[in-house]
Amino acid sequence: MATATTHSVADAILIAATDSSGAATKTVSMPIGVPGYTLHDEQRTVPATEPPVLPVNKDLDYIGKSPERWDGHAKVTGRARYTADVQLPGMLYARFVNASIPHARVLSIDTSAAESHPGVKGVHVIESLLGAAVLRDPALESTKYPIVRFAGQPVAAVAATTPQAAEEAAAKVKVKYEALPFVVDANLAREPNAPLVFPGAADEAGTAGGGGSEGGIPQTGNIHGPAVHKKGDAEQGFKDADVIVDARYITQVQTHSALETHGVVADWKPEQLTVYSSTQGTASVRDEFAGYFHLPKSQVRVITEFMGGGFGAKFGAGNPGVVAATLSRKTGAPVRLMLDRQEEHLSVGNRPSSDQRLRIGAKKDGTITAIQLISFGTAGCGTGAGCSGPAANLYKWASLHTEENDVFINAGPAAAFRAPGHPQGAFALEQSIDELAARLNMDLLDLRDRIDENPVRRVQRQIVRESALWKSRNPRPNADPGPIKRGIGLSQSVWYRHLTMDAAAEVRVHKDGSVEVLSAVQDIGSGIKTVLAQILAEQFGVPPAKVSVKIGDTNYPVGPNSGGSVTTASLTPAVRDAAWQAAQKFLASVAPALHATPADLTLAGGMVRSTSDKFQPIPFRIAAGKMNTDEVSAQAKRIPDYNPGKYDTYGGVDIAEVAVDTETGRIHVKRVLAVHDCGRPINPAQVISQINGGVIQGISYTLFEHRLLDPNYGLMVNANLDKYKIAGSYEIPQIEVQLTESYIGQSSTDASGIGEAAGIISAGAAIGNAVYNATGVRIRQLPMTPAIVLAALNQPQPSMESL
Amino acid sequence: MSDPQRSPKEPPEATSTATTPPGISRRGFLKGAGITAAGTALLSGVQGLSREAVASTPKGVKEFGPEPFPVTLHINDKEHALQIEPRTTLADALRIQLNMTGTKISCDRGVCSSCTVLLDRMPVNSCMTLALDTVGHQITTIEGISANEQIHPVQAAFVRHDAMQCGFCTPGMVMSCVSLLEKNPHPTEADVRYAVSGNLCRCGTYPKVFAATLDAATQPASKA
Repeated sequence: MATATTHSVADAILIAATDSSGAATKTVSMPIGVPGYTLHDEQRTVPATEPPVLPVNKDLDYIGKSPERWDGHAKVTGRARYTADVQLPGMLYARFVNASIPHARVLSIDTSAAESHPGVKGVHVIESLLGAAVLRDPALESTKYPIVRFAGQPVAAVAATTPQAAEEAAAKVKVKYEALPFVVDANLAREPNAPLVFPGAADEAGTAGGGGSEGGIPQTGNIHGPAVHKKGDAEQGFKDADVIVDARYITQVQTHSALETHGVVADWKPEQLTVYSSTQGTASVRDEFAGYFHLPKSQVRVITEFMGGGFGAKFGAGNPGVVAATLSRKTGAPVRLMLDRQEEHLSVGNRPSSDQRLRIGAKKDGTITAIQLISFGTAGCGTGAGCSGPAANLYKWASLHTEENDVFINAGPAAAFRAPGHPQGAFALEQSIDELAARLNMDLLDLRDRIDENPVRRVQRQIVRESALWKSRNPRPNADPGPIKRGIGLSQSVWYRHLTMDAAAEVRVHKDGSVEVLSAVQDIGSGIKTVLAQILAEQFGVPPAKVSVKIGDTNYPVGPNSGGSVTTASLTPAVRDAAWQAAQKFLASVAPALHATPADLTLAGGMVRSTSDKFQPIPFRIAAGKMNTDEVSAQAKRIPDYNPGKYDTYGGVDIAEVAVDTETGRIHVKRVLAVHDCGRPINPAQVISQINGGVIQGISYTLFEHRLLDPNYGLMVNANLDKYKIAGSYEIPQIEVQLTESYIGQSSTDASGIGEAAGIISAGAAIGNAVYNATGVRIRQLPMTPAIVLAALNQPQPSMESL
Repeated sequence: MSDPQRSPKEPPEATSTATTPPGISRRGFLKGAGITAAGTALLSGVQGLSREAVASTPKGVKEFGPEPFPVTLHINDKEHALQIEPRTTLADALRIQLNMTGTKISCDRGVCSSCTVLLDRMPVNSCMTLALDTVGHQITTIEGISANEQIHPVQAAFVRHDAMQCGFCTPGMVMSCVSLLEKNPHPTEADVRYAVSGNLCRCGTYPKVFAATLDAATQPASKA
């Protein structure tokens, strides 16, 4: 039985000291690097109150193992209650009335027929909207009702006793529009005489999931930009280059398409607003409700016991939230407002498109002298189409010049979507890096070894190099003689160590030996419930299934909003700290009955021991019966990383094998090897599930998904899952995941996230590079539909003159 | 319901009443229509339909609804008496009237199969099935496949293999795989792919669904 508190590779070296603020510190030795490759010890100075250093996973009992998903039984039996399943006594069903034209001024709204419809209890006309960009100068538009900027924008809502009555009544709301000229094609929107989506400059802030744009960006017509970033002298960099690769890449708009749509059940009572919300951030929902309705945060309770997927689009109250709460206040009854599938496609977010021109200059040895990225993309009537993350952060360069532009069109606003900007950016960058390697006559992995400074990706490339799949790759493009050509390609990904200090938990120990953890954090499907149970299991020696996990409720200590891969990295150290502190209180509570001092007692491996051998080790559960109080508890909050600023990016390497049918243009992804870093993997099975999912979403984005807008009418023509194709069971390759367990010595759990880095970023370029390897032709446009593939195969490679 | 997808073909006029449903969709018709002559013919011989529900019109054509009327549904080996409108789908009857919310609705159009239930042991999309049409048939939902407080081998295998993430598609996936193993106790991976080819999972859990179902097929109880 080996645990942190008994022995480790990294026993604390206690040195009495204080930090600059006067708080006591200790210096400890922590494992750093990748076991089997680069593992070594480094010293860190940490607060004296921190728990002992955790050894590497192989020396632990529950952390790093894969116990069953804590709520697995609830999910497979249908017992799990999602927001869509909530039924409260007297609950009303609400429906939006949505604009059916893409750009209009609302002249009048007549709700009388809807109000007298049988079963209708309330009608609400929307006078302010959330989620889209807003004018810097609101005086440019003084209208009673919000200007309609996309087909599907909510205009009003009806609450009735049945869903059918609400739907019928919504159809009876009469809206008079003054139609305005519209534009839904991002290329046309860039032209000087294009219809204007906004009469002046407009901005959209990001959410807890990212997205949005920085302030103070210039705007000309529909072009919100450029946001310019220059580091070093790119002009000189290109002069210094021996080789320049220069290419244009185009990516489409993708919708999130979570299976549970956006929605809430809002129950407005004078003393408290209670909201059941399908959200990635209970805190973000509470905060937006409190702000919108001028309520104290303490009087807004948000509950998310289970949620059916978000992928970045589910933060805050949103229009469904504030409208449901308004109708609940009006009617005095709880109101359920869940979007239907069409509304989900139209009005609550998407991944922006991109049209990128990427130039990379390099010396003969591969050293990058300059990267220049000029991008245009549309986030509809929102902002957030920037995609320079990979170009700026994956490789070392001597100079960087990026210009990002948002192009407004009359379509629903974008929202953060799993690794915002990165699938687009990596699709371009990683194909151009392959092209650069070809021009330099360098091996793809050797070039990346030269220009990529991340130590873990270096290990990952080594794993790729040694893999059977990579070894089976023929480096010569278009080597297969037949019509079906096989190819293998790779791409790397980069993400960031985003953290929030608003991540807290309470741990309770009861006299019957039961333990529980409480936090407002929500489980978005990544399995944080299981992870928290494992951390308590490690501390108390109780199986994870026996730990009570109470989360998804703002009545508990504040939890992180689950966006940007922050949840595990932010929350697990707070939970471990709380568990450690609760364990110390527990020992103090049992010490009198054991005739020992608390300092003489330890709790490890599920046993209470006396350091001075006063008694035989006692099982935790028996010892708990000797507590001098019914319950001890401790609450802890995330503290900053031990060594902030170091190791601030991480990522992975994905390789894909494709078969390209050169007669039909079909691309079949056959195998994927995904090598990924999430720091210390706490539950490897769940991490692998997320990586499988990222890979599959990435394949789906690369080959199938495409939001199509009809330029004549401004409507989305494929706003349901029958016409908006996402990957299904027939399109799933054999996926092998290799986790590079890695340690960076940054917190009491040393975990990072995986949601963003997993697959979605690199799938496009890995497939693109594999198609090039198979056919000798580069596909620089998504989705790689048969038509696009055939066009590329049958035409000479497009030259830069076409720009 | 306002519906940008089904808007008039003409360009928008200067002023228009834009929320009027411009046409009748197949599904809208399915959900909105009362059951008349043709429906009665379909229902002839169906057991459990209350006589009071069947009104006689002057022409002698029997008509149901649109008001709710009593029916009895046979779900998970139990009789459930409820009042339904003719347009009520089986999914809505289960979820809203019987509070059996394990059956999910995601696309409400028969595309994603989150709403899969077994009708006489055949998997169907309950969002595309009128509750009325299931009178006299055996309905099995996700709540009904466990026996003697033991979860079904497919459910157990899903947990063992972590064949779920957000879990919203999971009940539908489980039902499709349960049905597969009832018909084919020794499936190949290709059989599993076929069985869940209508089930969409946005979290991308398919590889573990395949593995779990193949594993469940090796468990004795599933071969009953």
